[in-house]
Amino acid sequence: MKKQLLDLNVVSNTRLNASHHLIELSSEFPLPAMIPGQFAEVKVKNQSETYLRRPFSIHRFDHATNSMHLLIKTVGPGTTALSTLKKGETINVMLPLGKGFALASKSKVLLVGGGCGIAPLYFLAEQLSKRGNEVTILIGGRSAADILLQKEYRNFGRVAVSTEDGTDGEKGMVTQHSIISKGKLQFDRIYCCGPDGMMRAVAHIAEKAGIICEVSLENTMACGIGACLCCVVETNQGNRCVCTEGPVFDSRELKGWTKGKEVSCTLDNNSQ
Amino acid sequence: MSTSPDLSVKIHDLNLKNPVLTASGTFGYGHEYSDFIEVDALGGIIVKATTSKHREGNPYPRMAETAMGMLNAVGLQNKGIDHFVRHIYPTLEKYNTNVIANVSDSTVEGYVEVAEKMNKLSHIAAIELNISCPNVKEGGMAFGTSCPSAIAVTSAVREVYDKTLIVKLSPNVTSIVEIALAVEEAGADALSLINTLLGMAIDSETRKPVLSTITGGLSGPAIKPIALRMVWQVANAVKIPVIGIGGISSAADAIEFMLAGATAIQVGTANFIDPSVTIKIIQGIKEYMLKHRLSKLSQLTGKLVY
Repeated sequence: MKKQLLDLNVVSNTRLNASHHLIELSSEFPLPAMIPGQFAEVKVKNQSETYLRRPFSIHRFDHATNSMHLLIKTVGPGTTALSTLKKGETINVMLPLGKGFALASKSKVLLVGGGCGIAPLYFLAEQLSKRGNEVTILIGGRSAADILLQKEYRNFGRVAVSTEDGTDGEKGMVTQHSIISKGKLQFDRIYCCGPDGMMRAVAHIAEKAGIICEVSLENTMACGIGACLCCVVETNQGNRCVCTEGPVFDSRELKGWTKGKEVSCTLDNNSQ
Repeated sequence: MSTSPDLSVKIHDLNLKNPVLTASGTFGYGHEYSDFIEVDALGGIIVKATTSKHREGNPYPRMAETAMGMLNAVGLQNKGIDHFVRHIYPTLEKYNTNVIANVSDSTVEGYVEVAEKMNKLSHIAAIELNISCPNVKEGGMAFGTSCPSAIAVTSAVREVYDKTLIVKLSPNVTSIVEIALAVEEAGADALSLINTLLGMAIDSETRKPVLSTITGGLSGPAIKPIALRMVWQVANAVKIPVIGIGGISSAADAIEFMLAGATAIQVGTANFIDPSVTIKIIQGIKEYMLKHRLSKLSQLTGKLVY
């Protein structure tokens, strides 16, 4: 899959809640093929404090309409600038980058997303659904307003929700939801994206149940193509670049993850 | 129709088709960029530093973004010279441009071992001695911040290395000119400067340093004026060619470094923002030469007008 440097046209920018925007992008040239879990490095225009590109998961990719979406959480000056993009503007992106999720077929799969961690799970749920999987999507957040795109996710399978204040779904952390905290886990594979603590906790639950768990990491990175070695994660084989050997890893490959203790889910460590 | 200007330059025995090189540690081994550019179109590539032994580098986090730049604390992660010779060197033989190896270590013996092994590799056109890495506990920058140690490592490597020997200087010194003169005297064929400036980032919310190593090396456009000043000072003091490095992101930046006295330049951090920036710089230099009716780059190097 050849990586490309492209100027994409902003088709629409939809505000989902106080801090999340869904940006649709298109191009007059055919977009390269992409797989769920891969990401784009986006350049923020005219911002001296945002010198580097920002990595974002491919939220949706539609080959037929030659369009794609990014789900952006406003955290710092870079994401704030991106959240104000208007129809007709262009943004420069490098994509597709990294390795995606391993796509199961005809299996029972659980997707767990916390906060903005649902970003890569839409494209993943869609592709898993197409492959004849029985898909369950568990979305966690602080409050009902944090639970994004529930209706859209229902197109691909069963949706379960947990909120810390109990305003939507079950009350508590995502890892306390009855789907994964009660009884025997009835899944063949788990896919997870969200804050580090949440992913470690989910990976730990999966490990105890003997289920493979793939997690998508979002280490801070510079180049996005394996040149600078800044975004490394410690694996059983030593330091590995998240941008090229991830961002998706089997949690068993990550050093210290399989023996991870359950930690509470905080939703603050998204890329700025 | 105007004739195409000649962009070629010479660094000791090294013939470059154009003056644009890529800085070590920002360009991997070249293949990382081959989807975006034709690597052979560059004057050369300087590949990621190689040390005598495998190094895991520093723990994450290794990077902090800064105003118009970034701090890194990678710490020379690489698999060592023997792995390089066996597994990486064969992938470099395909390039039809100069491949330069950046050599680092924590002891003089280590530098000598790597240089000796690099000397036997026909497709490695030159080595760049890295006596200026700020991110390792031992060696690295320690060699490049005092004249006696810079002389010791340069002269020891000079004894075992026959091809073009470039020494990469640290800006984290009181007088870079003194180090430059010492290294020239010790047998360097060329100098490259500057490596990163030692810096630091703090998260005010957590009160913690951002980098695992607390301090790291600053690069990017933020350091360009300092780099330009140091290149100008060094180029005016030494007789050997100088390669300019430090925040170069455009052809205009590259030309400024040549006017200050650089024979060639390296593009580093800018590769992360635009992986095709090197090709744009080559094209921009060509356009500048046409516009200013220059037939060769020697009409630019050191031709600062006072």
